[in-house]
Amino acid sequence: MKTTNPLGKLFGKNPFSSLQRHMRVVLACVEEVPALFQALIDHDKERLSLQQRMIFEREQEADALRRDLRRHLPRTLFLPVDRRDLLDLLGMQDRIADTAQDMAGLVIERYMAVPPSIEPHLMPFVEQCVGTCRSMASIIEHLDELLETGFSGPEADEVLTMIGALYDAEDVADEGGIKIARALFAEEDTLDPVTVVFWYQMFQLIGNLADHAEAAGERLELMLASR
Amino acid sequence: MEIIVTYGPWFIGLALIAGLYMTWGVGANDLANAMGTSVGAGALTVRQAIVIAAVFEFAGAVLAGGSVTSTIRKGIIDPSGLEATPEILVYGMLASLFSAGFWLMIASANGWPVSTTHSIIGALVGFGLVGIGTSSVQWGQIGSIVASWIISPAVGGLLAFLLMHSVRKLILNQEDPFEAARRWGPYYVFLVGFIISLVTITKGLKHLEIDLGWTLSLLLSAGVGVLTFLVGGSLIKRQKRDQKAEENFRFASVEKVFAPMMIFTACAMAFAHGSNDVANGIGPLAAVVSVVQSGGAIMQESALPIWVLMVGGLGIVAGLVTMGYRVMRTIGKRITELTPTRGFCAELAAASTVVLASGTGLPVSTTHILVGAVMGVGLSRGVGALDMKMIGKIVTSWIITLPIAGAVAALVFFILRALFG
Repeated sequence: MKTTNPLGKLFGKNPFSSLQRHMRVVLACVEEVPALFQALIDHDKERLSLQQRMIFEREQEADALRRDLRRHLPRTLFLPVDRRDLLDLLGMQDRIADTAQDMAGLVIERYMAVPPSIEPHLMPFVEQCVGTCRSMASIIEHLDELLETGFSGPEADEVLTMIGALYDAEDVADEGGIKIARALFAEEDTLDPVTVVFWYQMFQLIGNLADHAEAAGERLELMLASR
Repeated sequence: MEIIVTYGPWFIGLALIAGLYMTWGVGANDLANAMGTSVGAGALTVRQAIVIAAVFEFAGAVLAGGSVTSTIRKGIIDPSGLEATPEILVYGMLASLFSAGFWLMIASANGWPVSTTHSIIGALVGFGLVGIGTSSVQWGQIGSIVASWIISPAVGGLLAFLLMHSVRKLILNQEDPFEAARRWGPYYVFLVGFIISLVTITKGLKHLEIDLGWTLSLLLSAGVGVLTFLVGGSLIKRQKRDQKAEENFRFASVEKVFAPMMIFTACAMAFAHGSNDVANGIGPLAAVVSVVQSGGAIMQESALPIWVLMVGGLGIVAGLVTMGYRVMRTIGKRITELTPTRGFCAELAAASTVVLASGTGLPVSTTHILVGAVMGVGLSRGVGALDMKMIGKIVTSWIITLPIAGAVAALVFFILRALFG
């Protein structure tokens, strides 16, 4: 029913809870990636196909959430943080899911057997990168607390510390990337060149998971540091 | 004179109907302001909210509504030129009531955020300009009133901002926010009781011929404050820490503590609202009653009869009971964005500002002040998202209400004058 009371329409949809929901879906997407590579190692084509489907589904779910958030963020909204910062953070979160989707797409288009030299390094590297995403996700879980305290104070300091730890985790992931690339390089001459090139590309994608997580953390840091 | 004598009862009847419709609309639309946040936060059930609102709106109207009612009754239009034709004043008051009521009806049907206060003032000025002459309008008073319309939301916003800041500093940013909330909560509740009673006792009770002097007023207010402190304190103590909810949201227990505190601000808002908005319907009614009962003398100094205030209070309660539930449901879903800590600050700020205005005899828009207070909370980065489009609509309605209400009042005035002579 209509009324002269403006309070019902004064509030916009809370973008922070939407951001949190989006990140949870992104994390669920990324959590399917280790099993994807394990299936490759085990030569389990059925499992591989299943994992690819799950990753694709989650990514589409994340996209839907992202579009919905953007639709509810008109320029007329007054927000406690910069609107552009918020949208950028959302975009970076989403890129994580996109990267996972690219990975899943690649192994389906081109069945990639795991070269023996890199097999011992693969799962640890994947875990490091996925772990960085997990750290990012737990940081995003603090968004509602940040809103409660006005994006400043001890809560903000705590989050900034967590972001610092995120940067360290990304550094470790970087080193893992170098290590596995070196392992492949050592075996390069014995493998068919197309396979080699695609594995280097795959390493890039895996590493990008951690890079995007770090970029999202940097964006959040900007939002907090300017208070 | 004869017109007054002949049609006197008709005039009072018409004024009663129109006045009751105004106050009914005020109760139906604006109740949600006072109670919506508390119901949304789970501090009160809808039924409890309606009972509390009824009691405190009525109390506010009767105890503190006299000043603003006097302003509307005799502070806007100077009737001194009407000694020979007192019926003109009656037509004008009736016209104003009908015009404001009509505009309110249209606005609620369309969902426009129109202020009942602006409507009645615009209508009165319209009648004064057209029915008597530009000199009959007390422009000085109008000037203060319009200034208060701009200043009061800002004051509400500032107070809310400061309150939010203090809550953040004293409670939210502490190591153990729940303990801090239990410690400081009662003091905030003290503030509610203290501020509302202080302003009411020092300024609002004048029409009841009660003047207690500063010391006694301060002591009484402090007494009320202590009472609310104790009651609030016991309600707060009952809140247990919710470990499970705290895993998800560190401040879940803090918000739980603030929920019962919102009962007090809900009472304060209802009281403040009654004190300021009852006048919108009752002021003109009181003017008509005084002219008719005196047989046509434009008596400026007659006291405000208490039964008139009670009629207003009843009208508000009627509107609240019949339509308030539905309006609360309409705004209820979105207003949960105002968590208890925010709702408390916004409502305390708004209620204090309104009661101060009532005590000063200034008719203000309680809704706009609450919006200002919410904006104040938003400015301190306390709300997820505020739609500025709504602010734009409010400003627009502000601008079109005054001329439209004035024009319709003028029109109705001419009709009445033609009908009754």
